[in-house]
Amino acid sequence: MSELQVNIAGVSFKNPVLAASGTFGFGREYGRLYDISKLGGICCKAVTLEERQGNPPPRIAETPSGMLNSVGLQNMGVDYFLGSELPFMRRAKAAVIVNIAGRTAEEYRAVAEKLNDSDIAMIELNISCPNVKEGGAAFGVNAASAANVTRQVRRHCKKPLMVKLSPNAANIAEIAAAVESEGADAVSLINTITGMRIDLKSRRPVLHTNTGGLSGPAVFPVAVRMVWEVYKRVKIPVVGAGGIASWQDAAEMMMAGASAVQVGSAMFLDPYAPLKIIDGLRDYAAREKLQNISEIVGSVKAYE
Amino acid sequence: MAFIQKNTEIIENKEIAKGFFSLWLNAPDMAAQAAPGQFAHIRCGDKSLRRPISICGADTESGRLRLVYEIRGEGTKWLSEQAPGYNLDVIAPLGKGFDFRGQSGALFIGGGIGSPPMLCAAKAFPGKAFAALGFRNKDAIILKQDFEEAGIPLDITTDDGSYGYHGLVTHPAEERLKSGGIGLVCVCGPAPMLRGVIELAKRYNTACQVSLEQRMGCGVGACRVCAVKVRDKQKDIYMHVCLNGPVFDINKFDVQI
Repeated sequence: MSELQVNIAGVSFKNPVLAASGTFGFGREYGRLYDISKLGGICCKAVTLEERQGNPPPRIAETPSGMLNSVGLQNMGVDYFLGSELPFMRRAKAAVIVNIAGRTAEEYRAVAEKLNDSDIAMIELNISCPNVKEGGAAFGVNAASAANVTRQVRRHCKKPLMVKLSPNAANIAEIAAAVESEGADAVSLINTITGMRIDLKSRRPVLHTNTGGLSGPAVFPVAVRMVWEVYKRVKIPVVGAGGIASWQDAAEMMMAGASAVQVGSAMFLDPYAPLKIIDGLRDYAAREKLQNISEIVGSVKAYE
Repeated sequence: MAFIQKNTEIIENKEIAKGFFSLWLNAPDMAAQAAPGQFAHIRCGDKSLRRPISICGADTESGRLRLVYEIRGEGTKWLSEQAPGYNLDVIAPLGKGFDFRGQSGALFIGGGIGSPPMLCAAKAFPGKAFAALGFRNKDAIILKQDFEEAGIPLDITTDDGSYGYHGLVTHPAEERLKSGGIGLVCVCGPAPMLRGVIELAKRYNTACQVSLEQRMGCGVGACRVCAVKVRDKQKDIYMHVCLNGPVFDINKFDVQI
């Protein structure tokens, strides 16, 4: 076993660096810059039962050390994913984690069922998208509804199930515990934090949906804190995300309790960010004489 | 084709009108690939997002890429402060440019900072090219000499009448269309101008390609942020400026501007 190989919920990844959902499409575009199989895995853009057009533009706003987005789950639907995107991703030898979303628990279940016989590594249940009117984060900010959608999907889903949690919940560790008790195999966090920007001249919000999801280095310390809280609360693996831009960020997130990390917004500034993080972690493991990078997971020496 | 990301050396970064800059980069492989209408995505200091800037010219002999931009905010202000010798982080060329196939006469219309991609396009056009550019006033005029040196007949309008025609660029554009021989209109500029030119092209039964702008994220087509509404049969769909554009053929795509 190489020093970077990690195991999440029974799935082996060649390294702990995954592309975060929504920032990497289905790998085609960044595949024009480098070999996408170098990543540990790819959390693809959210897939829904039917095609969705997403939100009116503008869908993005720059913020200090970050950005707001409000794409609204634009995608071609699960059937298109299975017919066109997945075959490409598999040909490119990427480990595929399919992020799924729905308006209702039944829709989530239906998407998961369609993926049962496909060649994917894992499903990431997106109960934390802040940019849609129905479903999305509405499921993720309440323990009972998060548990309910996890239960319904778990019952019909043959794939390892990772639930992506919302930082907009009052107590994210409680949501994590609730989905763990319903059979989630892992949790990933954080999705974006709801935010807003206003244009001074027009007095209009910069985003057409008024509010959007904040990501980037600005949210990193929040993500570290939440990963640490969730890690202490649950036994299932935690995948850390939120503003990771360097190998140091990735290592810090792992010390807080993340078994793997997702890199998102950093890609927009530097498409090679995930590859640099992988190289940095490999060097770090060698310097620290680690047999495997997993040795640092949750190794933070917190004050009593 | 593969995308290229590189640190490219600034050869020149010069103010050509108040707030407008001409930037030359040493980027042989980008210059070799660049097509009219494509753009470069530029990292600007510590800003969280890159800035998309349309390609104004590519000199394959010297291996240089030219971008002309306007200071719009902190990112472009940072860019204007970088001196020759600085290595700028650039991804280029990106997006889909103009399609000149089957055309022998074309009119290139630019509004303000929409003019730079028109220079690149008009120079590359294989047939007879004409240009019409609109600016706020005399002091905001850019690239006039470049068009003249390229031998492209040029009409200039200003909003305040301080130079050239007083009024909208659609007026000299219509005169040009009336005189015939033009099968294609290419345009880049503010939304009201795009709407005016699209309407004009329809009236003269002329093909029309528009270069659009939208707040952008990744620039390569992955994040689906830079959406543009397109009317498709019964319903509206969202296409993307960086992936499907920035140039859209309005005879194929009914873009809602």
